[in-house]
Amino acid sequence: MKRPVLWILLLAAATTMAASAETINAAGATFPAPIYQKWFEEFHKMHPDIQINYQSIGSGGGIRQLTEGTVDFGASDMPMTDEQLSKVTRYKVLHFPTVLGGVVPVYNVSGVTTDLKFSGDSLAGIFLGNIKKWNDAALKKDNPGVNLPNEDITVVHRSDGSGTSFVWTDYLSKVSPEWKGKVGANTSVNWPAGLGGKGNEGVSGLVKQTPNSIGYVELIFAVQNKMGYGLVKNMAGTFVKADVNTVTEAAAGAAKGEFPADFRVSITNSPGKNAYPVSTFTWLLIPAKIDDATKKKSIKDFLQWMMTTGQQDAAGLSYAPLPKPVVAKEQKQVASIQ
Amino acid sequence: MSTAAVAAPPQPQARKLLKLWQDGDQVAHLVTMVFAASVFLVTILLVYELWIHSAGSRAKFGFGFLWGRVWDPNAETFGALPFIYGTVLTSFLALIISVPLGVGAAIFLSELAPPRVSNACTFLVELLAAVPSVIYGLLAIFTLVPLLRQYGEPFLKKTLGFLPWFQGPAYGVGYLAAGLILAVMTFPFIISISREALLAVPREQREAALALGATKWESTWQVVVPFARLGIIGSIFLALARALGETMAVTMVIGNDTGIHTSLLAPGYTIAAIIANEFTEATGDVYLSSLVELGLVLFALTMILNGSAQLLIIATTRRGSKQD
Repeated sequence: MKRPVLWILLLAAATTMAASAETINAAGATFPAPIYQKWFEEFHKMHPDIQINYQSIGSGGGIRQLTEGTVDFGASDMPMTDEQLSKVTRYKVLHFPTVLGGVVPVYNVSGVTTDLKFSGDSLAGIFLGNIKKWNDAALKKDNPGVNLPNEDITVVHRSDGSGTSFVWTDYLSKVSPEWKGKVGANTSVNWPAGLGGKGNEGVSGLVKQTPNSIGYVELIFAVQNKMGYGLVKNMAGTFVKADVNTVTEAAAGAAKGEFPADFRVSITNSPGKNAYPVSTFTWLLIPAKIDDATKKKSIKDFLQWMMTTGQQDAAGLSYAPLPKPVVAKEQKQVASIQ
Repeated sequence: MSTAAVAAPPQPQARKLLKLWQDGDQVAHLVTMVFAASVFLVTILLVYELWIHSAGSRAKFGFGFLWGRVWDPNAETFGALPFIYGTVLTSFLALIISVPLGVGAAIFLSELAPPRVSNACTFLVELLAAVPSVIYGLLAIFTLVPLLRQYGEPFLKKTLGFLPWFQGPAYGVGYLAAGLILAVMTFPFIISISREALLAVPREQREAALALGATKWESTWQVVVPFARLGIIGSIFLALARALGETMAVTMVIGNDTGIHTSLLAPGYTIAAIIANEFTEATGDVYLSSLVELGLVLFALTMILNGSAQLLIIATTRRGSKQD
């Protein structure tokens, strides 16, 4: 009869000990959540006294919680706007790119088995509802030799607000003035055409089920589910298939140009011969001033580790690693955290 | 110390209080009253929170929010009409299907079926009522939607295509799919509660009707069902409440389009679905408070519909009692 009491005491002791380790709370984007979980777990193994909890509640939620000061740092799939930054009065917020992702067009066209090629203009045309048929002249021109059917196109987009939609609409805004004027870029927009599916799985499910449909999903989702996806024409005029290398190339291409010191940069439609045009960074949002000395050291250590050793985990999970020049710039920013 | 307190004879008044306290009536009264009050407290708190957090949107759009037709997060223009329309339309569709089905099944199970069949069916019905909505959503996506797209909707277009409600491309997802899945989700409630209400009708009522020469069906339809009317209506409004607020399954099959369409085959949106879809990533202040105001609208919609239900019950009961 004494045993259970003993166990309870032991359990209580264990939990208090666990609680005595430094806990850092973070919240934000869902897209990089798998790699963040892996990173935080590995980091915890190396530093058993530091536990980073990450809640993947969405970029918007991450920004809100950081603004209210209820988490130690946030994470987002899109850079914070000037308006959002101005609302954070507690501290200045620094953006740290962690990995890159791509968004790819997926489709289900009867009789087509090859990878289709899309130019920015034709993607914008399809999503605006201007290109209505698969055998439209614009699509035929980019896909010579492919037997495109005379069928109506059903557009599928994300119904939930997401960084994926942001990247997609940001790209369409850059390549199509009409899209920019009518719709614009955001996590949710007023879609001119089509059906909405919830999450990557919702979109891919609708595309698989609906004949002659087109949608867009994250690259890692397409890779993990072994889905075929289309090529997109980049700024240099080549049709590029998204993969870990071409997405990293997009960041490298952008880093050569005018790269803002605060890392708030969109790398869609990036220059660079092999750059995949619908690519994006995902960011950690770190306060520039951290009062708690232990937390400050832990977060800085983590950032250093994440940018160097941690990057090796990226490709295994189909995230594209950061290009070297970007890492060099970020390391300077880590040093500036006070 | 305590011995001294016990030894001193208590005042008559105090003794009376002590007695009451010991009987437990007062205690039970107080405790249960506090529990009951918590219902009011939660409701008031809910409305208060929704009201406060929707301030930004109410200030910007006023009552125009209710009939605004555009939902554009980029332009920060928000209107609730497509969502109100979708919510009411899908719930209405669901009830059109599930009320006759549910009430009919309940009558059979309580009055006509042999007890063994009735018990087995009732067990299944209660099982159905407990299935989480996301399971119904998956069922709808993988079974209902493909069936509708391939067979159901082309058939409707061919036979009833001259009506404005059955036109446009057959996507499978849309108001019709959402209404159907809501019907499937709500009818176990209607069966379960209506059956209880029918079983609660006193035996004497049936016997009296039979003694007057009524057939089994006449006694069921003209005596038992009217007697259980309140319970049946109650079950319908519980089903309506579930249909109005259902989120997950509807989001998965309604197509999530912010337009207003006459055709039942077209994709639409409901209030609960857009809140679930967009709340996590809503960053602007007006955007967020518009979503909260949609919550307030849904609350008001539920109140109005339930209120009119109460009025309906009062009206029909009075007429009934006069006849009695």
